[in-house]
This record gives sequence, C-alpha cells and structure tokens, in this order.
Amino acid sequence: MTGAMTEFQYVQELVFERSAIVLSDDKHYLIESRLLPLARGLGLQNISDIIDKARRTRDRPLEDKIVEAMTTNETLWLRDIHPFMALRRVILPELIARQPPTRQLAIWSAASSSGQEIYSLAMILEDEFPQLHRRRVALLGTDLNTEMIDKARNGLYSKLEMNRGLPAAMLIRHFSQEGTGFRISETIRSRVEFMQMNLAGIWPILPKFDVIMLRNVLIYFDRPTKQRILSAAANQLAPGGYLFLGSSETMMGICDLFISDTAEGATFYRLKEHS
Amino acid sequence: MKALIVDDSRSMRAIVARFLRDIGIVDVMQAGDGQEAIEILEGSDPPDIVLVDWHMPVMDGLEFVANVRRQERWRNMSIMMVTTESEQDQIVRALAAGAHEYLMKPFSHEALTEKLMLLGVICPTTAAVVGS
Repeated sequence: MTGAMTEFQYVQELVFERSAIVLSDDKHYLIESRLLPLARGLGLQNISDIIDKARRTRDRPLEDKIVEAMTTNETLWLRDIHPFMALRRVILPELIARQPPTRQLAIWSAASSSGQEIYSLAMILEDEFPQLHRRRVALLGTDLNTEMIDKARNGLYSKLEMNRGLPAAMLIRHFSQEGTGFRISETIRSRVEFMQMNLAGIWPILPKFDVIMLRNVLIYFDRPTKQRILSAAANQLAPGGYLFLGSSETMMGICDLFISDTAEGATFYRLKEHS
Repeated sequence: MKALIVDDSRSMRAIVARFLRDIGIVDVMQAGDGQEAIEILEGSDPPDIVLVDWHMPVMDGLEFVANVRRQERWRNMSIMMVTTESEQDQIVRALAAGAHEYLMKPFSHEALTEKLMLLGVICPTTAAVVGS
C-alpha cells in the first residue's frame, strides 16, 4: 500500500485483503460511522489518527479491528447470540407469565441500524411464542441515521447481510427472494415500527418498555452523554424491565441506577428498586 | 473440535481451513467431493462439523448430506452447506436433505464464525478471544 492512497482506499484494500469483501466507493460514509467509535475507544481523536497509526505501524491487531469495524459492525441478525438465548429462554417467558394478558408487551431496539436486531426479535416472538399472537406487542426500532431507518422499513437485504448470523430456518420462514436479495415478510415487517431518534438529544414521548436493547451504541458518546442516556433509559424501562448493553460494554462507574444479572451467558440490567 | 471440509476447489478448502484455524479449529480433514468425504468419515472418528459445497464431481453436496443423514452413527455431526447457490428453494432443499445451516459464498470470516456459533460448534466467548 502506498502513501499516495486516500484513507478510504487504504481501508478498501485492507478490508479486501483480510475479508475478501469489496467496499464499493459508495460505502465511503461508513468510515465515519464505523471507525470513529473505534478510534475513540482507543483514545484517539479522529479517523485520520487511527488510519495513520495503522498505516505507520502495520499493527496486525489494530488492522484486524479496523476490518472488523468496517465489516462486522454491519448489524447482524442474532448478534452475540447470548442475549437472544436469554430473551427466548428466560426473560420473555418471565414477562409473559408475570404480566396480565391484556397488557402490551413493548420492546425497543434503541440503535436499530438497518433493523436486524428488532426483526430478529419479531421472528423469535412469531416462531416461539404463539401465546403472544393474540396479545398487543409493540416493537420499536430507532436510529440516528435516516438512511438506515429507510432501509429497515424497506426490509430488503443483500446476500452478504443475510449471511450474518441469520439461521437458515428463519430465512426460509420469514423471507422471500427478490432479485439477488431477500425481503422480510410483510407479517414480520408490519409488526415493527421504525423512527428516527437521536439518543443524545431530547427524547420524544415513548411508552415504557419491558426490554430495551441499547447495544454497541454508548461507545459513540462521551461520559456525560452516556450518563444522560442511561438515566433516560432507566426512566423508559417498565417496572421489572430488562436493559441490554453490548457484550463488551459496561455501565460500571457510569451509572448506578441498575444492577446486573446474567442468564444464558448474557449480562443484562434491571432497575435497582425492581430487582 | 474437529471439522471436515468438502469442496472440489482446493483454494476454497484452504481458505475455509485458514478461517477455522483462526478460531481455534485446527483438526481439519478435507475432501474433494462427497464420495471421498464418505470414505474419510468411514475411516475416522466423526468430526463435529462438516462444511460442504453443493456442486462437486462424483457425489454432490446434496447427495452427500442425504447419505450422511441416513446413517445413525453420524447423527451428531453438524452439517453446513457452503455454496454459491443462493436461491431460496435451494436453501429449502438443503435443509430438507438434512443440512443444519447454510452459508452463501462469498462470505467473510465473521459470517462463518457466526454460523458456527449458531450451530453451537463454537461459543461467542471463544470467538471473541481468538479474534481479538
């Protein structure tokens, strides 16, 4: 790789070398959204810093992190698996048993990106919880990026996206082929609402949620903003509700409103007074 | 953890073997078609996971999967089709024949890892440690 390359070209080559994935020129915008959190997490100020460092040092673990950020942070269907196992085996059965059947069950994917997380939950509810078919269930996905919201609402995914953690059985049941991609069924699509929302801004009026998925998004924010977001999430959680952060995220030293608990290998949080 | 890669492309077998090695699966057998894979299975302890291509000479992936599924002794092996075929009805046929998972080529290291997690062949913690 030569010094004359642009930052994006460098990332394109690196990603191709390591993963065989071609980042087309129109994916330039991903650099900002994927590499900035990584740079900040490493104590660097901006994207140029992290790219300079990788080019200068050719540090393999750093290069791997860049490749992973450019490819894996692509929202996956059952990302990390464990939270979904905890939801299907422990949390959803507990919520269903505890709540009166007339009450609405509400789940929020607070950084929903292109929709995979909340659609995964919608598919799990459809397939594994027939007792919910007659109950009111509200599934909400929000994201800062309106392009992602549009993509999520559209529900059309490429082969590459379908490969990312989606069980083949779910693909068969809930998608139909459309060109070279796959579209989520109207049954599942119609159960989820998407809305643009800035977690760091003023929150709109939202219902209380039984489950909030706030995964892999706090890394984007500085500490005071993280604290504000977690306090707001605490206000938004229904009594006895559950909050998930990303598997490598913690609220230790940031927020003391919650206590952590584990099930099926997943860590989740509940409000102190309702634990 | 032990794996068998069945693919008529030597370079594809090498790529998959490298991906597996990266996540700690080093005991990897390879076959160039379904018939050779059956012979390997008959002469060794069954692997935990078989990754099998669809189109191959002699015996294709679908026939291989159906043959393996008829044998009680191989019932605990997980089988994943890894193929360029990406029509939905092909995925239906592969699962109906007895494949547990399906991965469409081309795929990334991460996509393979995630599918192996779905199959319970590796756990997320292992993958994270190895990949870090």
